[in-house]
Amino acid sequence: MAEEHGPLHVTGEVLATKKAGAYRVLTIAAPGIPQRFRAGNFVAVSVDGGRLARRPLWIHRVKEAGAFGATLDVVVSATGPGTTWLAQRPVGTRLEVTGPLGRPFALPREPVACVLVGEGYSAAPLFPLAERLRQRGCAVDLVVAGPDEAGLLSALEARRSARAVTVITRDGSVGMRGDVSSHIDGVLERADADVVYAAGTLAMLRAVAEAAERRGAWSQVALETPMPCATGLCQGCPVPVVSQDGVSRLVRACVDGPVIRGDRVDWQALA
Amino acid sequence: MSRQPGPVMVASGCGGTGRELAAYADLAGLDFVTRSITLDPRAGGPSPRIAETPSGLVNAIGLQNPGLEHFLATELPWLVRAGVRVFVSIAGATMGEYADLARRLSRAPGVAGIEINLGAPDQVGMSLFEVREPYHAASVVAAVRREFPTDLPVLAKLRPDLTRVVEGARGVLDAGASAVVVGNSVPAAMPDGRPGGLSGPAIAPISLRCLAEVVAALDSASVIGAGGISSVEDARRFLDLGASAVQIGTALLHDPTTVARVSAALTREEDTR
Repeated sequence: MAEEHGPLHVTGEVLATKKAGAYRVLTIAAPGIPQRFRAGNFVAVSVDGGRLARRPLWIHRVKEAGAFGATLDVVVSATGPGTTWLAQRPVGTRLEVTGPLGRPFALPREPVACVLVGEGYSAAPLFPLAERLRQRGCAVDLVVAGPDEAGLLSALEARRSARAVTVITRDGSVGMRGDVSSHIDGVLERADADVVYAAGTLAMLRAVAEAAERRGAWSQVALETPMPCATGLCQGCPVPVVSQDGVSRLVRACVDGPVIRGDRVDWQALA
Repeated sequence: MSRQPGPVMVASGCGGTGRELAAYADLAGLDFVTRSITLDPRAGGPSPRIAETPSGLVNAIGLQNPGLEHFLATELPWLVRAGVRVFVSIAGATMGEYADLARRLSRAPGVAGIEINLGAPDQVGMSLFEVREPYHAASVVAAVRREFPTDLPVLAKLRPDLTRVVEGARGVLDAGASAVVVGNSVPAAMPDGRPGGLSGPAIAPISLRCLAEVVAALDSASVIGAGGISSVEDARRFLDLGASAVQIGTALLHDPTTVARVSAALTREEDTR
């Protein structure tokens, strides 16, 4: 018996595929899933070749209309055999899709100043988040980071969704040179940030969470760890957290996260 | 008197806490084996805990579980309220721990049965009571049986060790097990060499062979098939060979609707027979 807001397991179909810098954006018809989506959710997709682990993909965008009804866009970074297979799927490919999965970003009740920091393809969930925040009257500043220009996700689109956009590349090919960690304090200062959202590598998330802490801002990080099942069944994605009373425990990135308060993650134990 | 489990059960360690399955299966009446519960909480092993291999997964979860007390206080009541038939998998460091677990579970309302985990792929590393010798496995079953109500099933889950599985099955059944679960993850290694267990379709033929040997040697024994069962065809193969039920585990990680689908297909077949 599916809960009304719970995840669905459906056979989806690739409707469109397009290159986005170093990544691939797949538009998928996955009946019922787009309607349940909230920013920060992801889908788990099966790949072929006897590979059993699911591939978790951020939902980048949900499109309401179209001949196929609502659709969702996911961003694929071809880093291994599974994601390479996915990135090469032609239009018409059928895919087993489960979602929306995971705890989404929590939205502030008041219209506050928000900074969203996205690194590489992981910036994907921040774009729908930016839209929701703007609808709530929040000031949204966006940081888009990556190894180089091709590794920046939707930098052009970013300018439409945010008040200010900061681009950071490690090689300095565009925007500021270096890592997020060396620029984040200045960004938070200029934006006068009350809330910080981040999605990217563990090192970046940690740097952002610690910078938020220094300012007394509230932070939420979208963790990326391998998720063998992505549905909370296997205990294969443990994340050490420290609760308010100082007791540390393990939660599952897939169902208790992937979005977790930055000040709750036990970064030392996670590294 | 409770009904025997089956024909399809959720295998230990592959159904989360049970709640997570609610989106993909009807929980009411679901035969669910919990992940192995130990007396004290266990944090489990380091990451990565699961590695992908051709048609399989190697896992080194390390028996992460909240311990019996927390399980009884929070997880069990929720499952019972949802109508789940809860078989609690237990693992202990000593014979006394197994007896303790059984005694306390015998007083817990709503428990449908116990499954004794006698097949962990790395008993030594997990500091579990060593049951590689069938005699020791049988002693554990006897100790649990003494503490647990006779009208509730005690299942004994063995490791798929072809050279000892018949002897092991005979031992645990003689010691009072209501049924023997034949098949479990196969002892293997993670890519970095840490001990782990291989599961998934890759091991189904091994499980089937173990089942065949046990069924051939022990007439009229109640045997539950497990290990690599992923489809209706797999399930039918094990049932046709004489299994009274099948457990589905790793397949759920790949497709969380597997148990519901296989269960529905087998029920339909039964109806049309």
